[in-house]
Amino acid sequence: MKIIKTVQIEKLVARLAIEANLILRRDVYSALRRAYLQEKNQRGRKVLKAIIDNAAIAREEKLAICQDTGMPCVFVELGQEVIIKGDLKKAINRGIEKGYKEGFFRNSIVKDPLFRGRGQYNPAMIHMNIVLGNKLKITILPKGFGCENKARLKMFNPTARIQEVKKFIVDTVKDAGPDACPPYIVGVGIGGTADYACLMAKKALLKKIDIRHSTVDRLTCKLEKQLLDEINRLSIGPMGFGGKVTCLGVNIETYPTHIAGLPVAVNISCHALRSASSSL
Amino acid sequence: MIKIYTPLNKKSVQRLKAGDEVLLSGIIYTARDQAHKRLVRDKGIGKGRGRDKGLPFNIENAVIYYCGPTKTPPGKIIGSCGPTTSRRMDEFTPQLLKLGLKGMIGKGDRSPGVCAAIKKYKAVHFLTFAGCAAFLNKYIKKARVIAYKDLGPGAIYELEVKDLPLFVGIDCRGRSIYKTKK
Ligand code: SF4
Repeated sequence: MKIIKTVQIEKLVARLAIEANLILRRDVYSALRRAYLQEKNQRGRKVLKAIIDNAAIAREEKLAICQDTGMPCVFVELGQEVIIKGDLKKAINRGIEKGYKEGFFRNSIVKDPLFRGRGQYNPAMIHMNIVLGNKLKITILPKGFGCENKARLKMFNPTARIQEVKKFIVDTVKDAGPDACPPYIVGVGIGGTADYACLMAKKALLKKIDIRHSTVDRLTCKLEKQLLDEINRLSIGPMGFGGKVTCLGVNIETYPTHIAGLPVAVNISCHALRSASSSL
Repeated sequence: MIKIYTPLNKKSVQRLKAGDEVLLSGIIYTARDQAHKRLVRDKGIGKGRGRDKGLPFNIENAVIYYCGPTKTPPGKIIGSCGPTTSRRMDEFTPQLLKLGLKGMIGKGDRSPGVCAAIKKYKAVHFLTFAGCAAFLNKYIKKARVIAYKDLGPGAIYELEVKDLPLFVGIDCRGRSIYKTKK
């Protein structure tokens, strides 16, 4: 048994919130640099240059990478041998508020989705997962809504051909067009239930984009590569100005599903894909 | 590179073509979704209209920036301040153009209705570097909230900008930088 106090959690969450919003993820940063070398479209190159410069300015001047510091999505992996002293969810939300205030980030949350209200920092979207072991791992993904608004779910028939699934994913990106700050990173969740597919699509964004993951089978890896090529053939390009680089990476998560269905969810991230992670 | 200044005028807008790169200097005003809703309400047009209370700034030949900045850190003029998705303002834009609004700065494409209104009122939709909010910070020379303070980041800021880098997204002939139109 390991005892973790909520003050430790609060501190960790605050630190991760700041880190995620100020320091662009290394895999995303290198993908952008590679994209800059690849891109032939002159306007596209200019945009990529600005994006790369932006990351450096954000880090040095401690200014948020993007003004939309997002809806904070917090993924918790709680080892079943851990005992938490105090209220875990409260600690997370307090940590978010603390980090966002310290970082001078934006209070982009409204209390009521229909009747809105004043901007506030929390609640965060908290996803809990109980795992083996005696660690508490926390990952923060501040998700901007320019791109979150482009997320989609489709419940296919189990007889659907893989071509149809691919088309749905590519069309989702096509419809996002220039609006959600391309070049994109595309998260896909296939299987499970409607809700679970959406969660997997979001979680897929947490995986590094420059390595294909050995945890997924070879067929899924192949599908990721094919989708990346197809999406890039859309030629939306950086900021939608056309060019080679529309997408920096496609990550797929899969899960067993019901004999009668095939849920597919897509969650698009803008180029400002931010996340930070650490354990206690 | 074309340099232009606010308030815009017919001539300066007319020579801009979709795809042109522009450096803008002068005063611009931020406004997002809720501020738009209030602007038309305060003008006594739009849904739930009341009497005309007037607008918090002179909209004639003005430029609106679709932006909700982060909080201002100490020692800085403003926080991170990149553009938000223009399309969300589509519902209100024709009404504001009718009132004299000349320029908008945002990201992404606009609806066919807004394109037509831009053409009709000889206005212009600019794009600036999306998701480059820290990079754009240095082009802001002065900032102050002038209205709807309770909206927090959605309040109306008066910004003084110097050589703010823009692309012409939709020109006054209704032509768009995006070849593939939806
Ligand atoms: S989509 Fe991403 S980069 Fe674009 S404004 Fe939103 S958070 Fe920022």
